[in-house]
Amino acid sequence: MIGPIVSSGIVSPMWDNIFAVLIGMGFGFALEASGFSSSRKIIGTFFGYDFVVVKVFFTAAIVASMGLLYLSYFGLVDYSQLYIQPTFLTGAIVGGIIMGVGFAMGGFCPGTSLCAAAVGKLDGIVFLGGMFIGVFLFSESFPLWQNLYNSGSQGSKMINEAFGISPELFTFFLVLAAVGMFYGATWVQKKVKKVEY
Amino acid sequence: MKKIKSDGTTYLNPYLGGVILGTVLLLAFYISGRGLGASGAVKNTVAATVNVVAPEHVANNAYYCQFAGNGKEPMSNWLVYEVLGVLAGAFISGIVFNRLKFKVEHSPKITSRRRLLFALGGGLLFGFGTQLARGCTSGAALSGMAVLSFGGYITMIAIFGTAFVAAWVFRKNWI
Repeated sequence: MIGPIVSSGIVSPMWDNIFAVLIGMGFGFALEASGFSSSRKIIGTFFGYDFVVVKVFFTAAIVASMGLLYLSYFGLVDYSQLYIQPTFLTGAIVGGIIMGVGFAMGGFCPGTSLCAAAVGKLDGIVFLGGMFIGVFLFSESFPLWQNLYNSGSQGSKMINEAFGISPELFTFFLVLAAVGMFYGATWVQKKVKKVEY
Repeated sequence: MKKIKSDGTTYLNPYLGGVILGTVLLLAFYISGRGLGASGAVKNTVAATVNVVAPEHVANNAYYCQFAGNGKEPMSNWLVYEVLGVLAGAFISGIVFNRLKFKVEHSPKITSRRRLLFALGGGLLFGFGTQLARGCTSGAALSGMAVLSFGGYITMIAIFGTAFVAAWVFRKNWI
């Protein structure tokens, strides 16, 4: 079966939403079970007392990147049918900076705040409420940001193209960088004073 | 498998957690051709809510009208179903690892009230930023990275780079 199996018509589109719930369940379970429902565990990455975010995030990124390249190599997935996040450079940078400040203030990102809310963390529920307000304010003031939002468009540009190398070679370097970071993180964590949470 | 403690401090090995998360992400691409997300469902819910309250306003707003109104069904959307799954999956994990409990988690140096105010402000900024960057840590950064999207990497670096600096500014809230 060549993926993505929904758009290739192997299963009916109605099943797509059922798969969405199941995939979401796996996502939520993986995040919560790794400790992402705790803001103090998440924020540990920025102070060096707990690098769970770095370890989980980059392990997931290399597993999925390598997995997709292997599936594509064996003809099991049609890479051109996958949704590639389009690049709008200005929005990605400015939006990313605003998100970074929100991350350091609130201790969650959207996915982890959902997990925190699901296990009863009131700070997670409040963060989630704040997100609704933020999205509402953005939408209401959209004319102010419209130019910024649409500027710097580079289409479905791939990171390996930016370096002028193949996807496989880029992913190889990504794996090396991730493993280096894991060793670095473990080393730093040993040096940093433990924080009780 | 180690014994699960009753105080909710048992977590998966982070590399095992990462492999599970990566496999789920891979399955999302293999089955539905798209990555994981969280902020998209919030956006659709906001657009759907405003559309119920003030449909003309949605039709006149260049942002909302991409997602709601004119026969669009913002709540019958892949990302909305996926987020319902996220809540269920996290809840199940909460049961398994004994973490279901109503509480405000914060550093002993600050009050619950201060923690909640910062959580509200942080959520507000994060929500705003997701719209500008067309996705969050999962939708833009993680899922973008999985398919080697240039924008995904830029968003990831911008989020984590800024958070490293900003965390130091707000350090009294955390350590």
